[in-house]
Amino acid sequence: MRVLVCVKRVPAPGAKINITADGQAVDTAYLAFTTSPHEECAVEAAVQLVEQHGGESTVLTLGPAEADEQLRYAASIGVNRAVLLPITEHDWDPQRTATALAAAIGEIEARDGAFDVILFGNESADSGNFQVGVRVAHALGRPMVNGAKGIEVDGDAMRVRRDTGAGVEVYELPLPAVVGVKEGINLPRYPTLKGRLASKKAEVVQVVPGAEPGGQRMITLVQAAEQVSQTVILGQGPDAAPAVVDLLQELGVLK
Amino acid sequence: MSAATTSGVPATAKVVVIGAGIVGNCLVGHLSRLGWTDIVLLDKGPLPNPGGSTGHASNFIFPTDHNKEMAYLTVESQNQYVAAGLNNTCGGIEVARTAERMEEFKRRMTSAKAWGIDARLVTPAEIKELVPFINDEILLGGYYTPSVSVVDSLATGTMMRDEAVAKGALKVFANTEVLDLLTEPAAGGPRIKAVVTDRGTIEAEHVVVAGGVWSPRIARMAGANIPLTPAVHQMADVGPIDILQESGREVAYPIIRDMDTFCYERQSAGSMEVGSYAHRPILMRPDDIPSIAESALTPTELPLTYDDFDPQMEQAIELMEMLGDAEIRYAINGLLSLTPDANPVLGETPEVRNLWSAAAVWIKEGPAIAQLVAEWMTYGYPHMCDPHGSDISRFYPHEKTEWHINARCNEHFNKTYGIVHPREQWASQRGMRRSPFYAREEALGATFFDARGWERPQWYASNEVLMAKFAGQCEPRTHEWDGRWWHPVINAEHLQMRESVGMVDLTAFNEFDFEGPGACDFLNYMCVNQVDVPVGRSVYTPLLNTHGGFRGDLTIQRLGEEHFRVITGAFDGGRDNYWFNKYMAEWNAAGKAAVTFTDMSQGMCTVGVWGPNAAKTMAKIVTDDTTAPYDLSPAGFPYGAVREVLIDGVPCTMFRISYVGENGWEVYTRMEHGLKLWDAIWAAGEEFEIIPVGIGVYAVTGRIEKGYRLMGAELESEYDPVEAGLARPKVKSPDFIGKAAYLRAREDADKNGPAAIMCTLSMDSQRCADGYDRFPTGGNEPILTLDGERILDAKGRVSRVTTAGAGPSVGKYLLLAYLPPQHAVAGSKLQVMYMNELYPVTVEVAGSTPLFDPADARMKS
Repeated sequence: MRVLVCVKRVPAPGAKINITADGQAVDTAYLAFTTSPHEECAVEAAVQLVEQHGGESTVLTLGPAEADEQLRYAASIGVNRAVLLPITEHDWDPQRTATALAAAIGEIEARDGAFDVILFGNESADSGNFQVGVRVAHALGRPMVNGAKGIEVDGDAMRVRRDTGAGVEVYELPLPAVVGVKEGINLPRYPTLKGRLASKKAEVVQVVPGAEPGGQRMITLVQAAEQVSQTVILGQGPDAAPAVVDLLQELGVLK
Repeated sequence: MSAATTSGVPATAKVVVIGAGIVGNCLVGHLSRLGWTDIVLLDKGPLPNPGGSTGHASNFIFPTDHNKEMAYLTVESQNQYVAAGLNNTCGGIEVARTAERMEEFKRRMTSAKAWGIDARLVTPAEIKELVPFINDEILLGGYYTPSVSVVDSLATGTMMRDEAVAKGALKVFANTEVLDLLTEPAAGGPRIKAVVTDRGTIEAEHVVVAGGVWSPRIARMAGANIPLTPAVHQMADVGPIDILQESGREVAYPIIRDMDTFCYERQSAGSMEVGSYAHRPILMRPDDIPSIAESALTPTELPLTYDDFDPQMEQAIELMEMLGDAEIRYAINGLLSLTPDANPVLGETPEVRNLWSAAAVWIKEGPAIAQLVAEWMTYGYPHMCDPHGSDISRFYPHEKTEWHINARCNEHFNKTYGIVHPREQWASQRGMRRSPFYAREEALGATFFDARGWERPQWYASNEVLMAKFAGQCEPRTHEWDGRWWHPVINAEHLQMRESVGMVDLTAFNEFDFEGPGACDFLNYMCVNQVDVPVGRSVYTPLLNTHGGFRGDLTIQRLGEEHFRVITGAFDGGRDNYWFNKYMAEWNAAGKAAVTFTDMSQGMCTVGVWGPNAAKTMAKIVTDDTTAPYDLSPAGFPYGAVREVLIDGVPCTMFRISYVGENGWEVYTRMEHGLKLWDAIWAAGEEFEIIPVGIGVYAVTGRIEKGYRLMGAELESEYDPVEAGLARPKVKSPDFIGKAAYLRAREDADKNGPAAIMCTLSMDSQRCADGYDRFPTGGNEPILTLDGERILDAKGRVSRVTTAGAGPSVGKYLLLAYLPPQHAVAGSKLQVMYMNELYPVTVEVAGSTPLFDPADARMKS
């Protein structure tokens, strides 16, 4: 089976994100880069699908030349092929990105054969537009389920599970299909030393993306207001017990 | 800033310590043990891990170090971790992939012997037995230290902090940022006044910067300079690994240092920590370190830059194949502190009174350094060991620039696991200071050594023609290590100087002028020996610390009733400058007769002219200002005399003294006259076949034949003038620093004999097991009994070589070492260990009598 997973290079979260003075980009001076947690799970899912069903997996990204790092990371945990759609801008709008991706996928499929499954993360960790995967599926004319928390492939069909507030939805899709993966579907593995070293030798194929800008424009980035939390020390040792009891009662934990 | 009481921080404190890493925590503990109260400890981060380098340290201790100060502080720190119950002994093996490394292990065995550390050389098979998952096929052998341990630096720090809190001596404020340091004008420069924090201002008598990689930034708030740079050390935690998990212990297997790849593998429960000193130096600025909020982990745990680490992964897998399948769980560019000479930065900052630095300290030496700094603050100087190599005042101005720090740190980072020769020279930041003689020296084929920025000729190619004349006395050394940064022509220079006359460039000297009505009394207070000598005379004198140990040694010329000139060496100029100025400020502030200080060093150059024909050479060109020839006879210009003269018309100061045991002078003049002075002496000496003589003679062969002591080698704060053989028959009546301790030491020695005596020893045989001669470098090689036992004196100090060098005129290879009285007897037979082999030695002289020309007849003829 042939699996494609699409990822995006984003600043690693976990710390205060600074914005450049012109408000047009994230200040990456102190930041490492990664893919979103959803995409990490999508990559893991791609590797697992190939482990279960044979075939090969491909990782694809549209981004700056440095996104090579994210492709190799995917390679380091077992993805077989890597494709970079290089752009010189910091980011493309979702419409333009989806158009470019669909075109590139079409090109790859025309040469190497169709992908049975195309995986996306549910949304990117930086811009969070929630639409590239859907747009690509639409452009390719394939069915798609977002928010996937479980994937099973059985012959020519795929069963996708997702959680809703009310319960669990289960979809059956004919292959080829597109799935937007949500964090929690699996526990992504870490790369091994050998995997890391092998990924350095992986071939990254470049496909020049061509697409006109879409309708969405980023005007400016604004720093979110800092959430201030106050720590109150209730006391030390046994002396703190009455205050702890009061607080737990106030919270309704104790009645 | 009046909100101190309401916001939590006290309005005043005796001492504020900034930084709750291993140093700050242990420092508050040690200060409280020494009786300090009213201590405040601040950190910007949370406790117990505020986010500095301590929090991500690998926490292991390999105790062997070739440097005495660092070896002592490391072993003493390990003892303190043991006392805290937080030292987990696992053993450690440094492994060799190259023959050169195997040689280095022999040197490590020698240092281990000196410091009493249990260690042994092991074969690849023995390594495999201890560490079954290692690839022994790529190894030549190992250096095994059973006492290597992993410590809990955070818990130890917490314990020390809690101890001070429990005594009521300490208040701790985490999550408290230092915004500014305030100073106030005081005698001799600004004095620290207060620490401004985001919770209010604390007025404090003392402030200690123990802020690790942030220290320069904090010190700068007060106008002080702590010369260090944050630098990356890469580390990855990889696992899980079955064999490690199955051990069920935090550290079950010895830590491996893969020395030739600059890499280590240290078990951390079920995974392995792989750390590297092999990658390109990655230096940061303190101001560029992210804040706590901006850090995904902590400010000193930056994202690993994989490209730098990849080669190490391959080497690690080559050494331990199982690592290949281990997952990279945690990987960082960890920040640590580097200094231009790789030593810590300790002591009161020269710029600001009562502002202390306790920075650039590693886990392995943290607790003991904290004690050392606490003693320094308490007694005015540490008792436990000489902080010579770590003293913040050692730096000259050009050595405190970011440019210099980065250049030197870039150079030495990859030597962290390197094999560094005791005579090794820096490649970067050369040519910083050149004497006016430089062009002549270069033309004569000088090989220059660095003396704190000064380019000093160590030997001259032009003298190689003399090697035939002294055939048999200037042989090359068989072993490359013994001959590294050395040349046999040094012996030829030595012999020619003793036969005729030589010129030595001494421009690297520091000259400090003290003037004013209080100059004489002030210097008498600073120095052991009587400086109130007639104008035109000089005095050699030690400087002591309050504890009676050596703080310095130098010569003083009396140029006028109220004008003295102190001459001191290049390597101690910074420290001496600081020491004099600190006390001078107090002296003047106390209203005593005033004294002023002028550093003349930058404007003066010096050439030494020595040898049997020195007087004849100089007689041709020295006049008084009337052009009348000058009386240079011993009667007219006695030993120790200082005179203003003209040399070929150049105004000079001539000082009849010698560090090489020959008649002659140090000749001083202004920098701009230097070249003319050199040329005049050269021309006058041509008929005597005058030669240029390098520092290889001046500082080693010439000196050691005369048994002259050197600050930082023989003279250290652990020893006193009685032991060094520098005690005069009488002690002067005026008070001086260290006098009481010195008097006690003299009385003690009168009653019981000194605990140790400085001796000159010679090697009876230098023949090694491979059948050729070896030449100890003077790097702390232990002196042993005939049974091979270490020799400790009554004060627990080990006998070791402080200087080693050829004595071409006495035909012996000489060693200087302190020995306890039972061994300090001429003719006594002992051994020296060098590169893990034993060589027979004989005590030639106990005390300061020179081996060459014992009556000093040549110098005074």
